[in-house]
Amino acid sequence: MKKWNMIIDVAECTNCNLCTLAAMDEYVGNDFPGYAAPMPKHGHKWINILQKERGQVPMMDIAYVPTMCNHCDNAPCIKAAKNGAIAKRDDGIVLIDPEKAKGQKHLVEACPYGHIWWNEELQIPQAWPFDAHLLDQGWDKTRGDQSCPTGAMKTVKLEDEEMARLAREQGFEVMKAELGAKPRVYYKNLWRYSTCFIGGSVSAKLDGAVDCVEGASVRLSKDGKMVAETTTDNYGDFKFDKLAEGSGRYSVEITAKGRAKKVLTAELGASINLGEIQL
Amino acid sequence: MKIATVKFSIILFALSLLLKRQAWRHPAFRDRLKERNFVAQFLARDEETGRWFAFRDGKFSSGAGRHANPDIKLMFKDAALGAKLLTPPINWLNQINAQKDFKLGVDGPEDLTNWFAQTLMMAQTVGWKFGIKMPDGMTRYCNMTNGGPVFIYVKDGKIVRMTPIEFDETDAGPWTIEARGLKFTPPRKTTLAPHGQNAKSIVYSPDRLLYPMKRVDFDPNGKINPQNRGKSGYVRISWNEALDLVANQIKQLKRTYGPGVMAVSHGSHHTWGNIGYYLSALYRFRNAVGHTQVHHNPDSWEGWYWGAAHHWGYTLRVGQCETYGTVEDCLQNCEMIVFWAADPESTSGSYGAQEGTVRRQWLKNPKLGIKLVHIDPYYNASAQFLPGKWFAPRPTTSPALAMAIAYVWIKEGLYDKEYVASHTVGFDTWKAYLLGEEDGIPKTPEWQEAETGVPAKDVRALAREWGRKRVYLAPGGWGNGHGGACRNQTGIQWARTMVCLIAMQGLGKPGVNMGNLQWGSPLDFNFYFPGYADGGMSGDLENTSMPVELYQRMPQLPTMNTPFQKIPRLSMPEAIIDGKAEGYPWIGKSIEHQFAKFSYPAPGHAPVKMLYKYGGSMIATMNNTHRHVKMYQSPNLEFVVNQSIWFEGEAKFADVILPACTNFERPDISEWAGLGGYGHHGQQQLNHRVIIFQAPAIAPMGESKSDYWIFNEISKRLGLANYFSEGVNEIDWVKRLFDASDLPERISWKEFIRKGYYVVPAEKEKLRAPVSFRWFWENRKKDVPEPQPLPSDYAGEYLKGLQTQSGKLEFECNSLKRFKDPERPPIVKYEPSWEGPHSGALFRKYPLQLLTPHSKYSYHTQGDGKDSFLLNIEDHRVNVGGWYYLVLRLNAEDAKALGVKKHDLVKVYNDRGAVICAALPTQRLPRGVCHGYESSAIYAPMGEPGKSVDRGGVLNLLTPHKTQTKTTHATAGANSLVQVERWDGKTEYISEAFAESKERGLPSGLRLEDRVPAQ
Repeated sequence: MKKWNMIIDVAECTNCNLCTLAAMDEYVGNDFPGYAAPMPKHGHKWINILQKERGQVPMMDIAYVPTMCNHCDNAPCIKAAKNGAIAKRDDGIVLIDPEKAKGQKHLVEACPYGHIWWNEELQIPQAWPFDAHLLDQGWDKTRGDQSCPTGAMKTVKLEDEEMARLAREQGFEVMKAELGAKPRVYYKNLWRYSTCFIGGSVSAKLDGAVDCVEGASVRLSKDGKMVAETTTDNYGDFKFDKLAEGSGRYSVEITAKGRAKKVLTAELGASINLGEIQL
Repeated sequence: MKIATVKFSIILFALSLLLKRQAWRHPAFRDRLKERNFVAQFLARDEETGRWFAFRDGKFSSGAGRHANPDIKLMFKDAALGAKLLTPPINWLNQINAQKDFKLGVDGPEDLTNWFAQTLMMAQTVGWKFGIKMPDGMTRYCNMTNGGPVFIYVKDGKIVRMTPIEFDETDAGPWTIEARGLKFTPPRKTTLAPHGQNAKSIVYSPDRLLYPMKRVDFDPNGKINPQNRGKSGYVRISWNEALDLVANQIKQLKRTYGPGVMAVSHGSHHTWGNIGYYLSALYRFRNAVGHTQVHHNPDSWEGWYWGAAHHWGYTLRVGQCETYGTVEDCLQNCEMIVFWAADPESTSGSYGAQEGTVRRQWLKNPKLGIKLVHIDPYYNASAQFLPGKWFAPRPTTSPALAMAIAYVWIKEGLYDKEYVASHTVGFDTWKAYLLGEEDGIPKTPEWQEAETGVPAKDVRALAREWGRKRVYLAPGGWGNGHGGACRNQTGIQWARTMVCLIAMQGLGKPGVNMGNLQWGSPLDFNFYFPGYADGGMSGDLENTSMPVELYQRMPQLPTMNTPFQKIPRLSMPEAIIDGKAEGYPWIGKSIEHQFAKFSYPAPGHAPVKMLYKYGGSMIATMNNTHRHVKMYQSPNLEFVVNQSIWFEGEAKFADVILPACTNFERPDISEWAGLGGYGHHGQQQLNHRVIIFQAPAIAPMGESKSDYWIFNEISKRLGLANYFSEGVNEIDWVKRLFDASDLPERISWKEFIRKGYYVVPAEKEKLRAPVSFRWFWENRKKDVPEPQPLPSDYAGEYLKGLQTQSGKLEFECNSLKRFKDPERPPIVKYEPSWEGPHSGALFRKYPLQLLTPHSKYSYHTQGDGKDSFLLNIEDHRVNVGGWYYLVLRLNAEDAKALGVKKHDLVKVYNDRGAVICAALPTQRLPRGVCHGYESSAIYAPMGEPGKSVDRGGVLNLLTPHKTQTKTTHATAGANSLVQVERWDGKTEYISEAFAESKERGLPSGLRLEDRVPAQ
């Protein structure tokens, strides 16, 4: 049976927040019995965009990651719910029953992703219901997908095997895979958020003026072994990306024609811009 | 009896039957007939024949001939004319001509004649059906926000949701561009800007004004207590009381003081539509009443109008150039795009939603091989989204960076010498300046480094890469200018250098042009639908672009304002408080119009004593706006009326408040990004031309009313309603505009108002508009579809060459040789900002440069505040202790030095005021620069307005109001010097400069006239 999944491409999210606004538009002030009680106007972020800045001025980037209820296949919240207040549908969607869940505040803590929200006024836990009321009416995508200008958020209905194959082939990741919750929300290019880089700009003095050095060879080593190699661009810039955060000490070796070799070391916590390196 | 008389009688009889039938069929019309008791008489003056219509307690009766005692009369010169004018379909040109020739007249109280005329019109429209019934019982309507078109789903009179429009199988297909073996096609749907998707929350905002109000201590016949404006509360009054009060004030003040006593001030934008828009209904009203115009500065075009236009003309685009065909040319031929103070991902062009985003996303395809760079002190949303190196010059120093690039090109021969020789004039003069032959300072990369902070090596590398590639230069949000650095103290210099750089590289050659894919889509520009600047129903041939085409297509009574007095908007507080102000006009007809200084007061005119304020955005959007608080509290303003949708900003400073409804509660018609006028063919920003019937999806909230209704009611009290409305309703104007466009050739009215939208098919590939400037490069006649410059502005043969005196790109501007201005010499020279690192003691006191660009999320004040959904976006506002503070971004190292952590409340201040924000330490800014969105809808002084800290987030309290140069009316307020510190919780803030000017009653802020040398 085909089931609903969400694929989010971190590289294409512009932080426009149209998905978060579409969710507010859909759920604030609207009651969809059997699916979701109204979302409070403030305080809940059923879709929430995380962000991470990497690097330092002027070599940096920012990743934006829309997050939401993962509609996990092995959902901790379902296990924690009393009276079957949370259930998984055959199409993969996990719904919190507003009636049965009343008063079950502990469910907020049950979600390892922080995506069950407590509605103080109605005394119910709430989460983004995958716009199931719309899908059941024949919609083929969620509000967030519909509003997304870049296609960074894609609703897909696939057999589980097909989805698994796609995820494998395209290198999709899920959040906190180690928990074994089996989310149905997949991420493409999550490395933009989860990994870090070492970069810098190589320059040299020539005829009294400092200029960028293009084509310098830069090698990145760890524990004496070369990890990666690159050459500088016309601005003298180089960048080694997709390195693990907190992965320790690296050395950066720069060689350019007619110049003395330069070796720098970098302790990698988060991303580092080594700045100008004059040969 | 003559045939005409018989015909006239039959038509009148049919009309009476129509009224009866519609009253029987439509409850709304039945209710309408209960509103008045009177007898109306139709009359042919020659034959003295006609028919009477009587209304009593909702009952309608009618009879042939003359009534003994009619209350009103509608008179045609003869029966033939009556028959002609009343026979459907109504020919509006005949109607207008009959009135102009005095062949059609009305007699009787204005309220009754106007009510009767509008009722007759309503009899023909009351049965129109809007929207589509959905299977789930909802009705789907369409509307247009400033951030794109929407489907609106309504159930039980309530808006359930608003979504973008996904086209159905009957809608036209998209275009495809083939480039470098790739095909690019936009998706078949519309996009929305964040403030568009936010719309539902502002319709149902708790800040909506739901009934007319009067300030508690305002007595029009006694004490007006102007000093309490902004402090006192309000009491609810009836519409009748409010309208009578406003109309009486207009009459009384005009009688007492003379013409020009009422100033009308509106924002630069409004809720969308072609009828209810400010350039439409408001302009008709204000011209009918007579007013002092608050003359706008060219907001987003500043440096382009006052600067760039002298180099290349384009005054009818306010100094920004043509952009046709550039999406295709860029994708096919360009090798590199230089984004310079350009953040289209934040500004959405103008009303362009995320349409440009869809196209710019194509630039991420490595197979295209187009390199990008971003020059902006802020690592902006476009730099975040797209690849490319980021250059971060200090605010206001970009002209120095540009000059150093030109210097490298000259030194290394990296520019198109042939093109410069054949297509430009005055290069040698500028070259001599750049090489230091004039002032002894060569404008080298090292020279610029001291100004900009950008390493000389990087500038050299950029200049070399640029000089060797086919490059699109993309300054500002539109890519041909607009916003960005053109609004700061050196904005004129910056825009001028941009033209000079592209002139050196051969503007118009394949792959060498202006743009960032925001404008230049290959759409059908021969299909006519007017833009909002075409003036709608304004009848205003002087202040809108109506003469271009709409006037002939939509006949209407012309309107003309009789007072010629104008107030320069940037000096509005000075005009009111000091009684005098000087400015320079924004008129696009020619380059020279901007030189014609005007003064307030105008000779022989009355000083402004009354302000008719439309909306409440000025405190948020003008500069150094504590001045505006003082203006409102001045006794020189005897009466202030504010017509607003929300209780925010200056609405809280009015004597009488008239509650207007949103565009979702009234009918209108419009095209997405259809700007007209100075934004001719603004649809170039879109992937599809989409024209919308803006159905009234819900009834107006509370007692709020459409702007049209409010103006018509005031007009009634001035005897002007039949002139203002031409006797028709808002929906009739909508239909008249539909008929004036090319729409009837493609879609029936019935289908249009049912479905709600029409997609204009993409242009056939062979018929696409030519690429801008290609004609210029190839020395052909201008062939892009824009009616500008005006014929008399060609020095040589019509359509050959540019608007400049030489017809060429002018490095040394002839217009600036003719008009002597030491601050704008004929060639562009670098003069550092008068509020920046060169400001000596001031810079030591306020060492941070504050950037105040437009928000990525709200549209000026629209969408901000109002307890809207946007408050929940952490990059816009942050909830700290229950209050939504505006975000202030500052460099992480600076924040550390100041002891400021994420979301700490900080006081951002200078001598002009203090604003409390939530801090966001970031690497998106170099040291010494901070950044917060201007245009906060919330002005929330924590103590006395004008004298206390604001926690609403009005950063424009801090920005300078001085114009860029003495001879321009150009805002310079996009950046300012401030200090930031953790907020100590104090609510009062009075700086020395503030205190100094207190007695005078006007915090004039900085009086820094003279630049001090760099430290």
